[in-house]
Amino acid sequence: MWPICELYSAGLLVYAVAALAGLTAHLRKTTAAWIAPLLCYAAIAAAALEFSASCGALFAGAAFDWSLPSGIQSIHYGVCLDPLSAYFNMALSLLAVCVGVYSVGYLRHGAASRRPGLFCCFFNLHLLSLTLVFTASNIVFFLIAWELVVVTAYFLVVTDHESTEVRRGGILYILMSRGGTGLMFLGFLLLASAAGSMEFQAMHGSGEKLSPVLGASAFLLLFFGFGVKAGIIPLHIWLPAAHPVAPSNVSALMSGIVIKTGIYGMARVFFDFYGVLPVWTGMLVLVAGVVSALLGVLYALMEHDLKRLLAYHSIENIGIILMGFGSALLFRSFGYPQLAALALVAGLFHTLNHGVFKCLLFLGAGSVLQGAGTRNMEEMGGLIRRMPWTALYFLIGAVAISGLPPLNGFVSEWFTYQGLLAGFGTTSTLTRMAFPIAGALLALTAALAAACFVKAFGITFLALPRGESAEHAMEAPASMKTGMALLAASCVVLGLGATWFIPIFAPITQRALGVQITQQLVAGNSLVLTAGSVRNGSVSPLMLALGLVALGVVPFALWLAPGRKSSRVTGPSWDCGLPGLTAANEYTATAFSKPLRMIFGALFRPRREIQAEFDVSPYYPKAIHFESEIEPTFETHIYEPIWTAIQAIAARMRKIQTGSIHAYLAYIFVTLILLLLFGVRG
Amino acid sequence: MIEKALAVAFQIGLVLLLSPLVTGFNRVLKARAQTRRGPSLLQPYRDLYKLLRKGMVIPDTASWIFTATPFVLFVTTLLASLLIPMVSVAAPLSLFGGVLAVVYLLALGRFFLALAGLDTGSSFGGLGSSREMTISAIAEPALMLAVFTVAIGAGSTNLSIVAQSAQGQSWRFLAPSQMLAFAALFIVLIAETGRIPVDNLSTHLELTMIHEAMILEYSGPYLALIEWAAAIKQLVLMMLLVNVFFPFGLSADWSPGAVLFSLVLFSLKLLLLSIVVAIVEIGNAKMRLFRVPELLAIAFVLGALALVSTFLFQG
Repeated sequence: MWPICELYSAGLLVYAVAALAGLTAHLRKTTAAWIAPLLCYAAIAAAALEFSASCGALFAGAAFDWSLPSGIQSIHYGVCLDPLSAYFNMALSLLAVCVGVYSVGYLRHGAASRRPGLFCCFFNLHLLSLTLVFTASNIVFFLIAWELVVVTAYFLVVTDHESTEVRRGGILYILMSRGGTGLMFLGFLLLASAAGSMEFQAMHGSGEKLSPVLGASAFLLLFFGFGVKAGIIPLHIWLPAAHPVAPSNVSALMSGIVIKTGIYGMARVFFDFYGVLPVWTGMLVLVAGVVSALLGVLYALMEHDLKRLLAYHSIENIGIILMGFGSALLFRSFGYPQLAALALVAGLFHTLNHGVFKCLLFLGAGSVLQGAGTRNMEEMGGLIRRMPWTALYFLIGAVAISGLPPLNGFVSEWFTYQGLLAGFGTTSTLTRMAFPIAGALLALTAALAAACFVKAFGITFLALPRGESAEHAMEAPASMKTGMALLAASCVVLGLGATWFIPIFAPITQRALGVQITQQLVAGNSLVLTAGSVRNGSVSPLMLALGLVALGVVPFALWLAPGRKSSRVTGPSWDCGLPGLTAANEYTATAFSKPLRMIFGALFRPRREIQAEFDVSPYYPKAIHFESEIEPTFETHIYEPIWTAIQAIAARMRKIQTGSIHAYLAYIFVTLILLLLFGVRG
Repeated sequence: MIEKALAVAFQIGLVLLLSPLVTGFNRVLKARAQTRRGPSLLQPYRDLYKLLRKGMVIPDTASWIFTATPFVLFVTTLLASLLIPMVSVAAPLSLFGGVLAVVYLLALGRFFLALAGLDTGSSFGGLGSSREMTISAIAEPALMLAVFTVAIGAGSTNLSIVAQSAQGQSWRFLAPSQMLAFAALFIVLIAETGRIPVDNLSTHLELTMIHEAMILEYSGPYLALIEWAAAIKQLVLMMLLVNVFFPFGLSADWSPGAVLFSLVLFSLKLLLLSIVVAIVEIGNAKMRLFRVPELLAIAFVLGALALVSTFLFQG
């Protein structure tokens, strides 16, 4: 018997102790060099404990349930590692181990190194609260943990608070998160009133007990509440503002797992609290997924700030996950639990996969940022020579996120496609068309993502350095490389070993949908993944990888065949005969995405300004100033009007804020009377 | 096991041998139509042989990506060809990946080719990469819709099963959905293989290059591998078109007679398709880059119509 309870509690305890130690160090104004590494090791140890507890819960299948009384009746601090919680907690602790290893070296420099104690305190507290969010087993405790995540994340984001951009990102994040929590809170209350309990266990299937209108409202409140956290469009604007300005290890955690708390919440609500939902809910989720995926990647393409580009890709991948969830909801409404399980597996597997490769890419961006000192891709280039290992790991992440075989991104996108394809067998006219169209748009998204990562990797790491700092960039220290290597290895293992990994979804689909599909998803001596059966379609990432390696014989044979004696010399780039290639000749990130900017011009509304200075004649410009920008559609058309309205209302409200104590006493008195009247009536 | 290995080896050999011939045939057809004598049918083989023996110059700006790309491109394309039925209805490795794996293996090769274009630092390389990734991205939805139509019709993404089920209903290629999907896929073929009106492989004019711009810095054996991979990719897409939509004569077993018959029929189908491609190339002028999305939008609409008609006529 696996000591799940002991491992889990020990993990929490280590996090808590490390957080306290960090706080103590900060209060004593200790900034010794050993503090940050020590507390990072503590976080790694805690994460490893949590990882083994979650794996134990997943594989042993034993749900572990534990609670502490709070002194208030009917509310306790309960935790439960049921399969869904254990899965998300496993993903969290896997990423936390890798990020922890990376942080040992990363925290030697940058804004966090000035207050290592405080940073590590929040870092451990953040991981602790994330663990609690994934494992809390009643609403109150869940919301407390949820808010703790928001607050600790805020403090981590504003580590470098001297910069205005950082403070602005942090404020936007916390404001929008609070809004989301408000929506969730109402939704939870509606569901809890139907279940008559705040316990998750009791709320299983409580959605049906609500009247259709209330049930739908609770669904919408929870979907948009969690949607803010997940970053679905149009609730995404905080994400590209907050993720890039945080220290890179924090960005990695936020994009890798913090936004997944929204996905966890949705999975919990859609498949646990609601047994059955009307068709339009599935359509809504599917459409939100498609829109987020497509717009996310299109905005990412326009970025030349490496970390903002990655942040927009998080929105894209949340979209892909929601396409899986949306199709699962639709299949469940039409009564195809097997297909629903397939689509749910696709969404859940992509959740982990995205966590792994997005974490890897953000850590890579962190190394680049530290090595080359800039986030602007237009000043980078040639880093593959100065930072060979970072480049290799970033390339693995880029291939994985582009959904290319045989890595993990391909596998989960393949399942998503298969789910969407199977949708043609449903009965309703609208969904029969919607599924394949969504599939086609997923193909567009994936292809655009590949284009975007050709840009991100090519402009950052290849060719000649475009700036002074890129020329003298330094490779990351060993611990940072190790953190990235672990994640890169996970990308490979989760891709090639997917057939052995898929069975862990069996208890999750069993509880959510009442079917275990995973036996059907794996065939041929655990070598082949199928879409329900071999006849529907199959793929084997492992065999494809072996095939690629084995076929390598052919080009080598061709190479040797004609009895080659020829030379291989290195020379300057030919460049169509132009001598003296410099970095100024190279394509830039802006130039690379220009065709797509023009093709999707209706969305971007690009604006550009060119000013040339002439010396003698207009044919010989002395200097050219070029400026190009795209319209931030959501900010200008949605958020600015809302902001203006809030300010107008606030200006009116100011009249009742007299600042006089008597007026406030009067308000309190009137409120009290009203409440008493209300209480007496009730 | 032995039979499987033989089937793999047979298909690899056939793909390697046949692919330059398709390219050569296309050039001969175009030359004749323009009343030129043109190169011999075997010229692509001679080019490859010559390139494989030549020395090469590696740009000093390039990294290991530049060296790895020819191999990655060649191997991914070759593997994709083994997932598609060629002469036997059972493609050698169709169990290990269906049509989605074909599309994504080609995408993996393209990803590296585009990186290699950027790796040299020349502006032409970047230009080619940018255009290639743009065009392939907007071709992707049309490709997928056409592929979905076929897969939905057969209830499978496994190409051998798709071909088998199409063989069962001999007149199925006349169904509106199949014809529309074929038309959509044909446009994608033109765009993906760099044919006029999308790209012109025989030009090195900087304003119009796409594929050629990316491989401008390659020489010698590396260039041979890339050219050969491009020929294989063309064959892969043509195989997809002829054998999925018109699977007549694909042999059910490996008896010599059936294989020979199937091979002859396959060559005839390829011949016809090559003639159609050549006619399109002769009859059109190259489009401006920003007109290409319109062409691909047509392909997307055709693909969507194909789906709608599947839905209308099959119930």
